[in-house]
Amino acid sequence: MIRRTIMTGAAAAALFAGSLGAAGAQDTILLGAAAPQTGPLAGGATVTHWPAVRLWVQQTNEDGGLQVGDQQMTIELVEYDDQTNPQQAIQAAQRMATQDEVDFMVAPYSTGLNLAAAPIFAQLGYPMITGTAVTDQQPALAAQFPNMFFVLGRTSVMAEDTAQLLVDMRERGDLGDRVALVNVADAFGIEMAGISKAILEENGFEIVYETSYPLGTQDLAPVIDGARAAEADAFIAWSYPGDTFALTDQAIVQNFAPQVFFTAVATAFPAYQERFGDQIEGVLGMGGVNADDPAFQEFAQAHMEMAGQAPDYWASAATYAALEILGQAIEGAGTTDRAAVLEYLQDQSHEYATILGPVNFNENNDNERYWTVGQWQDGVFRGVASQGRDGVTEVETFDGWN
Amino acid sequence: MFILITGLLLGGTYALIALGLNLQYGVARIMNLANGEMLVAGGFAAFWFYTAGQINPVVGLIVIAPVAFVVNWLLYRIMLQPLVTRAKSRGALEVDSILATFGMSFAFVGIMTWAFGGGYFNYAFLAQPVEIFSSSYAQNRVVAFVLAVVIGGALWLWLTFTRTGLKLRAVSVNPAAAPLVGVDVRAASALAFALGGAVTATGGALVSMFFTLDASVGVLFTMKALIIIIMGGVGDIRGTIVAAVILGIAETAVARLIDPGLTLAAAYLLFLLVLLFRPQGLFGKARG
Repeated sequence: MIRRTIMTGAAAAALFAGSLGAAGAQDTILLGAAAPQTGPLAGGATVTHWPAVRLWVQQTNEDGGLQVGDQQMTIELVEYDDQTNPQQAIQAAQRMATQDEVDFMVAPYSTGLNLAAAPIFAQLGYPMITGTAVTDQQPALAAQFPNMFFVLGRTSVMAEDTAQLLVDMRERGDLGDRVALVNVADAFGIEMAGISKAILEENGFEIVYETSYPLGTQDLAPVIDGARAAEADAFIAWSYPGDTFALTDQAIVQNFAPQVFFTAVATAFPAYQERFGDQIEGVLGMGGVNADDPAFQEFAQAHMEMAGQAPDYWASAATYAALEILGQAIEGAGTTDRAAVLEYLQDQSHEYATILGPVNFNENNDNERYWTVGQWQDGVFRGVASQGRDGVTEVETFDGWN
Repeated sequence: MFILITGLLLGGTYALIALGLNLQYGVARIMNLANGEMLVAGGFAAFWFYTAGQINPVVGLIVIAPVAFVVNWLLYRIMLQPLVTRAKSRGALEVDSILATFGMSFAFVGIMTWAFGGGYFNYAFLAQPVEIFSSSYAQNRVVAFVLAVVIGGALWLWLTFTRTGLKLRAVSVNPAAAPLVGVDVRAASALAFALGGAVTATGGALVSMFFTLDASVGVLFTMKALIIIIMGGVGDIRGTIVAAVILGIAETAVARLIDPGLTLAAAYLLFLLVLLFRPQGLFGKARG
């Protein structure tokens, strides 16, 4: 399960390393990464996390590495599989710090593993810039772990934006009052469903069908049948990948076509489009990107070439951006000294140029500009709601499975 | 009607998941914890056939089932036979085989991750609706159900009415006494294990038509299969099928009428009731 990848893609970098290597000075930055390669979240990490991490390392090295002070340093990536196990994630972080003596670490994949690894990152003094952690605990976490930063956004805001989208659509006359609200029965699903329910009810929506199903369930015909029998105008599912696919599949089979069809995680995955083709026109999901932004398109192109698969339309870019931020902080601090880099990151006046657009962190180490809801439009998953991002597209009514 | 049919379709799926393990555990006495991984491997093979060659997964079974048979036969001969030879009692064999196949399951996950990557795999084959009694169901689930009936029926007929089947049943009933009447227990066990593996891989190829699989998901199927064969009675094909259908209908009824959140609770409640009142399983024979 242990793999050490030395990225020597560019001839320039190799030449450079060769010419300076003899001088004895450190000319590489060792970057440690532990995330799922097996276990329940391996599927998501393979789509979102690993290709983005490897791509950033490869591209940075192809450009000659990072300019640290007066030295040009390439990056060597050390990979571990945390088996989607919080305990393994902690051990891997410890091992990377003490055995491999890595200079910096990539934050793990998913909210849960990031929360599990946060104390050890803090204890070891490594900056932790998360690209796939969405929570509402940013202020508390940042107070407890001042080394922890958040790029992807806040859960409550995402649930709020989703609910708000329904409110707007109803005002436009595109949507009725009846909402079916379902969720996967884990911390994520329960929290998101709770927040969106409160907002929907506040705005006079009627929750006509509400249910949860156990994690890992893929036999969801009864859920879709229930929502259909309740004559819901909007279907909101706070779902994970397997169930996102299964719910969509069943909705198509039973021809359940409400005015709004929303599924959460994996709706933005390229595999979702591969599976359902143009039937998903108008389907709403969590996340989104500015698909017309040349920076994103360039990233998607490079991602395709390196990994043989497209990035997802949400957290792939955030994972990549988290590393861009780390790189810029190292260059800005002009040293690989972790304390100095952390200090640079904590300075709220610094802004980072990323493929998401400019990012800066507030007093809660929180990025306040991010995508919240997206929609499949003409074969592209476009952001239809965001916090402070450009390129928001108007939301369309879902007019049935084609 | 919707509940009944959806439940039946789900029961068919469960039967596909569990039939192979029943053969492996019931006859070859190997509690195969890598059963789920074999299922996922069958699913991946079907995915590969479908995406790379546009080969219909049902047709793909012509290749998948024999390959799985050979692979499982080799696995049994090379990895598991020594355990059987060495084991002093049935209990010892169970502990050894659980440990060995538990390890194998990790190896399989590693191999599949290496070969296919850790991402999600699914494809659209017969994902159109078919109308039965004015409700819509996915065609691929109906096809899988029909094949489950065919496979289950064929296995039962074969075990009940053929000479080889009789040998397998003899080994299942009493592996110590079977050689006395001229049954080659080793060969029969290897055959049962290989056949079980082939059935499991076939099930995997069929469920891949409607489940999203990834390299690590096998353990969920192993758990389900365990519950079903223990409910149904170890070593009896009919028991597995009946238990699978009961479970399918019960879960669907609970999901539709009460709450989808309670499906697991319902499944384990049934399991518990069977264990309390018929510990040998619905069709199992009490061990003497």
